[in-house]
Amino acid sequence: MKRMRDHLPSRRIIAVLAAALLATGTAACGNSDTGDGGGKDDGKITLGFSQVGAESGWRTANTTSIKESAAAAGVDLKFDDAQQKQENQIKAIRNFIQQKVDVIAFSPVVESGWDTVLKEAKDAKIPVILTDRSVDSADKSLYKTFLGSDFVKEGRLAGEWLVEQKKGATGPVNIVELQGTTGSAPANDRKKGFAEAIAANPNLKIIASQSGDFTRAGGKQVMEQFLKANPKIDVLFAHNDDMGLGALEAITAAGKVPGKDITIITVDAVKDGMQALADGRFNFIAECSPLLGPQLMDLAKKVHNGEEVPARIETQETTFTQEQAKAALPERKY
Amino acid sequence: MNSDRSGARALTGHRLFWPVVVLVVLLAANTIYRPGFLSVQLRDGHLYGSVVDIVRLSAPLILVALGMTLVIATGGIDLSVGSICAISGAIACLYISRQPDQNSLGGVLTALALALGVALVLGAWNGVLVAVIGIQPIIATLILMVAGRGLAQLVTEGQILTINSEPYKAIGVGHLLTLPLAIVIALAVALLIAAVTRRTALGLIVESVGGNARASRLAGIRSARITFLVYVISAACAAVAGFMMTANVSSADGNAAGLWVELDAILAVVIGGTSLAGGRFSLGGTILGALLIQTLTTTVYAMNISPQTSLLFKAVVVIAVCLVQAPGFRARFVRRRAPAVAAVTAGEQPKEQVPA
Repeated sequence: MKRMRDHLPSRRIIAVLAAALLATGTAACGNSDTGDGGGKDDGKITLGFSQVGAESGWRTANTTSIKESAAAAGVDLKFDDAQQKQENQIKAIRNFIQQKVDVIAFSPVVESGWDTVLKEAKDAKIPVILTDRSVDSADKSLYKTFLGSDFVKEGRLAGEWLVEQKKGATGPVNIVELQGTTGSAPANDRKKGFAEAIAANPNLKIIASQSGDFTRAGGKQVMEQFLKANPKIDVLFAHNDDMGLGALEAITAAGKVPGKDITIITVDAVKDGMQALADGRFNFIAECSPLLGPQLMDLAKKVHNGEEVPARIETQETTFTQEQAKAALPERKY
Repeated sequence: MNSDRSGARALTGHRLFWPVVVLVVLLAANTIYRPGFLSVQLRDGHLYGSVVDIVRLSAPLILVALGMTLVIATGGIDLSVGSICAISGAIACLYISRQPDQNSLGGVLTALALALGVALVLGAWNGVLVAVIGIQPIIATLILMVAGRGLAQLVTEGQILTINSEPYKAIGVGHLLTLPLAIVIALAVALLIAAVTRRTALGLIVESVGGNARASRLAGIRSARITFLVYVISAACAAVAGFMMTANVSSADGNAAGLWVELDAILAVVIGGTSLAGGRFSLGGTILGALLIQTLTTTVYAMNISPQTSLLFKAVVVIAVCLVQAPGFRARFVRRRAPAVAAVTAGEQPKEQVPA
């Protein structure tokens, strides 16, 4: 009798856990559009794409771009959302291999640990395209090409614009920098590119540089302290729009006018950032475009037809000044 | 002379003595680095300065940690608070963004009530899992920690939701009588919790449940009901903290809002001298712990410690606080330096013991 009662709770636990697992399982299925089997030879290319997740507006725009351009290019897209987990992504790629899709493309969640599954794709003679983020596999033959932004270039474009603006500066120009997540590729590369570019003018000096973790709250909190610690800040370089937007509030609270007292340069050009630029609160944005769908479809067709493609392809990107932002804002999708 | 010494020992033996020392040392180091660190000015009718920032930014953490204190006092733990922050902030911002007039006070209050309601339901879910079904708290709340972040992203559709609502923004950056409104709210909640737990028997009951739930039940306390209650309170505190976090930047970021705040909250509780084993708690200690953690973060930015070393810096300070708080460590340290005093310290140890 007593033993029976002792058993009851544990059975309940199992039932609840099973229900929880089921719920997550269904959620994962609900998010992937991998429907009926692919690879039918009707002249249409089947592209299996595994997305990182939906962690930001940038990523959502990236997904929309890929879906829309696939429909426009007549590519049969099998889309999978990895929900920021590598194991989901590996599972998705294996599914694509089983379904015998023509081309596999994916944005790797992390850089390492892809060799095995990429080898499986290679053995199945399915070409792989990396988008947005790269992998650290030593064997470059495991994938055909990497389509994505050049983060160093983004930093350099931002720096070059500043050098041009401050050409006539006679005294020192104090710059503060809001870095992205410590150790992430965009943070490292944008910092590097920017530093290279501003080295052209010895007056330009980075007086403080901290990580704002790519978030608005982080950008705001760091900028508050920068403003208090440094009485004279002329320029803010933020590694993405969101940190810049957070910093705007700190600057306003400190009684300064963003865009005038402090020149603000950011990277990304998401809609909120473009709005700030058009309103004159930002001064310059180097674009990091998520709209790589059309280029990806083009590449998928090329590798499917066995054409040679360069191992590294940059996303088509531009930069925006305040005037350009006003013109571009109405059509901004993300 | 003798009473002087025992007075000093009573002071150093107080469980909050060492966290206070570390806090003072941090502030002093900041002042040495930049003499103006402690200065507070009156700007646009409110206080302005690094110390004010620390107090304002620590408000959400104080709230979350207060709820966590009660949960930990019952011997439980609540890992889902970060996710609840994100969900409540996201729901409030979503509701406000759908309003024709985002500045209408009524709309904002409805949004807050709605989000708080959802948070209470989530807290009740935790409470049922732990108190009724009997799942280990760390597992029960882990479910919502993981799933809740997804829920928050579902609410915001994976986007960062920007709103433009002055009444809502005030929760994060507004001022009341020159003080940041956020800290006023946090202190009001702290006083409320203190009044309810320390002016009534509730605090004692919570501690008794944490000490021994079965014995408490046999003594006539409805242990399960108390356990259920603390998870609901914790969720409510997290919800208000979520409002502050999102109001601070006028936007809801399902992915980043309240990320890892549960760990900071547990740390604040532990620094404050509340036993992780349950059975006793200190609300004042928790508030001090939260202030210490935020001071640490602000110090990193104010002293421009490089991002690569900042985590190590924080870890070193936290380890120092925990070690210096541990009576065992202090006794060993003292014995090595002055063997004569050691016997006395060791003899008194059980009375002063601080679980760290």
